[in-house]
Amino acid sequence: MRSPQYSGLPAWVYVPAVAGAAFVLLPLLALMARVDWSQFISLITSESSVAALRLSLITASISTVACLVLGVPMAIVLVRTRFAGQSVLRSLVLLPMVLPPVVGGIALLYTFGRRGLLGEHLEVLGIQIAFSTAAVVLAQTFVSLPFLVVSLEGTLRTAGQRYDIVAATLGAKPTTVLRRVTLPLVLPGLASGAILAFARALGEFGATITFAGSLQGVTRTLPLEIYLQREVDPDAAVALSLVLVVVAVLVIGLVRGSRGQM
Amino acid sequence: MTDTPALECEILLEERGVDLRLEVADGETVAVLGPNGAGKSTLLSTIAGTLRPDRGSARLGSETLFDVDTGGRGLWRQPHARGIALLAQDALLFPHLTVTENVAFGPRSRGVPRRAAREAARRWLDEVGAGEYAGRKPSQLSGGQAQRISVARALAAEPRLLLLDEPMAALDVTMVPSVRQMLRRVLADRTSVIVTHDVLDALLLADRVVVLEDGGVAEEGPTADVLARPRSTFGASIADVNLWPGTATKDGVRSTGGAEMHGAAHIAVDPGQPAIAAFAPRAVALYLEPPVGSPRNVLPARVRELEPRGATVRVRVDGPGGAEMSAEVTAGALAELGLVPGTEVFAVVKATEVTTYPA
Repeated sequence: MRSPQYSGLPAWVYVPAVAGAAFVLLPLLALMARVDWSQFISLITSESSVAALRLSLITASISTVACLVLGVPMAIVLVRTRFAGQSVLRSLVLLPMVLPPVVGGIALLYTFGRRGLLGEHLEVLGIQIAFSTAAVVLAQTFVSLPFLVVSLEGTLRTAGQRYDIVAATLGAKPTTVLRRVTLPLVLPGLASGAILAFARALGEFGATITFAGSLQGVTRTLPLEIYLQREVDPDAAVALSLVLVVVAVLVIGLVRGSRGQM
Repeated sequence: MTDTPALECEILLEERGVDLRLEVADGETVAVLGPNGAGKSTLLSTIAGTLRPDRGSARLGSETLFDVDTGGRGLWRQPHARGIALLAQDALLFPHLTVTENVAFGPRSRGVPRRAAREAARRWLDEVGAGEYAGRKPSQLSGGQAQRISVARALAAEPRLLLLDEPMAALDVTMVPSVRQMLRRVLADRTSVIVTHDVLDALLLADRVVVLEDGGVAEEGPTADVLARPRSTFGASIADVNLWPGTATKDGVRSTGGAEMHGAAHIAVDPGQPAIAAFAPRAVALYLEPPVGSPRNVLPARVRELEPRGATVRVRVDGPGGAEMSAEVTAGALAELGLVPGTEVFAVVKATEVTTYPA
C-alpha cells in the first residue's frame, strides 16, 4: 500500500474524472455482455474468421518489420542531424498520425494504384499493388510508421549522445556504435514503439478498405471482417471484437512492461 | 611499449571566443587549468574530434588529425580513427554491458578476437585495481569503482593520446586520493592532457601546466614554476596552496628546518625519501595561546604580512626553520586576535587536510 499523500485536489474534480473512466470502460462492458459465450469458440474459429485473423496477424507483423526497417533510421536521422527544413519534414512525416485513414487510403491509391504516380510505372513491369495483400501491408505501414518514429525519437533524445561519443573515442566505427551502443540503449523505446506500431497496424481499417478492398483471405483483415459481419451475423462481430479487445489489452501490458525497464 | 606520440594543435572557434595553441611532448602529461568557460572542454572536444573548429590544425606524431581552413573545410579525421580516448567526469560505462564487456569494447572494436579482448580486459582491470568487479553491471558499482573501470576501458583501447576532462570532479572526496594515485601510475610516460580544477592534480599528475583564460593561453610552464610564481589571475588563485618540502616520515613530512607536518599519507612514500606536504590556507588556524586539546600539527610562527582578499584576510607567517605558510582568517577573527606583522602565533594545521606525496 502506498502511504496516503496530500493531493490538493478539489472534490468536484473526481466527478468528471470518474465519468470519463466510465465512458471508456462502459462500452467494453456492454460488448462483453453481448458475447454469446456458448457460441464463442465456434464463432471465432469459422473459416472466414480464421482467414481474417490469420491475414491480420501476418500483415501486421510484416508492417511492423517494415516500420522498423524504415522508422529506426528515420528517428535516428531526425534526432542526430540538423538540416534545412527538418522541422517541417518532421511534421509532415508524422502526418499519417492525425490524418483520417480513409484520406491516407486515397493518397496511397493515387500513388500505387493502376493510374497512380508510381503505380503507372509498376503496371508496365507487370506489378499490381492495389487490392492485393501487399496493399494491406502498405496501408498498415503508412498509418503505423509515425507511432514507431515518435516513440523512438523521444527515447533517443532522452538517451543523448554521450555514450555514443565514448564508444567512438574507443575506436568503434559508426556502424559498430549504432549496433552495440545506440540501439541497445534505446531498446525499451524501440520495443514499445514496435508494439504500438503493431497494434495500430492490427486495427487499421479506413486506409485498408480504400486502398486494398475487402477480399476474403487476400485483403479482408479482422477489422474489415468485423464490419462486414455486423450486418450478416452480429454475434460473430461481437465475438471477433472481443478478440481485438484482448489483443489491445495485451499490447498495453507489453508497452507498460517495456517502458518499465527504463 | 605503448606508442606515445607528441601532440601539437592550434584551434580557433569564433563563436566560443577560443583561439589557442597547445603542444604536448611525447610521453608528457599536461594539466589544463582555468576558470569555467575558458575553453578547456572545447579544447578537448576538438582534439577528440567531436567538435569542429572554424579553423585550425592538429598533429599527433606524424599523423594529421585535422587541418581545416576558414569555414571548417579541409581534412577531418573521424573520432574513431584518431586513437584518442576521452575520459569524462562521469564514468559513462555502457549500462547494458558487464564490466569486462565494457573494458573489452575498445579491443573488440579494433577487431581483436573475443577471447583475446576479454584477456586484455582482465589485464587492464587488474592494472587499475578493479579485477574483482569483472562480472558486475555498472549499476552495481560505486562512483570510484566505475571511474577506475572507465580508465581501464580507455587504456584497453590502446590510445596514443589520453584526454581526461576533470576525471575526479564527480567522485566522493574520500575516493579521490586513491583514484589520483592510480592515475599517477597509468599516466606516467603516456602522452596525456588532463583538464582539472584541483591544484593537486596538476602537482601530482602533470609535468607541465597550461592556464587558459578567456579562450587563450594565459601562461604555461613546468608545474612547480607556475605554482611558485603564477603570472595569471587564475594561476595565482589555484597556486593558493601551502607546500611543505622535506623528507618523508612515517605519517608526514619533516621540513629541512626540522619541523614535522603530520598528514594523511594518501600516496605511500618511503620514510627518508624526498616528499612534499600540501595543504590549503583554510586548513590553517592561528591562535595567540597554545591551543587546548592535542592537535597534531602545532607550530610556533610569526606573522609576516597581511593581505585582504574580499571577506577574508590571507595571513603569511614564518614557521620554525624558515618554513612559511598562509592562513585564511576572517576579518572578524583578525580583529579579535589583533594580528599585525611581528605577532607571535601558534599555527594549527588539521592533519586530515594535509596531503603528502613524493617530491
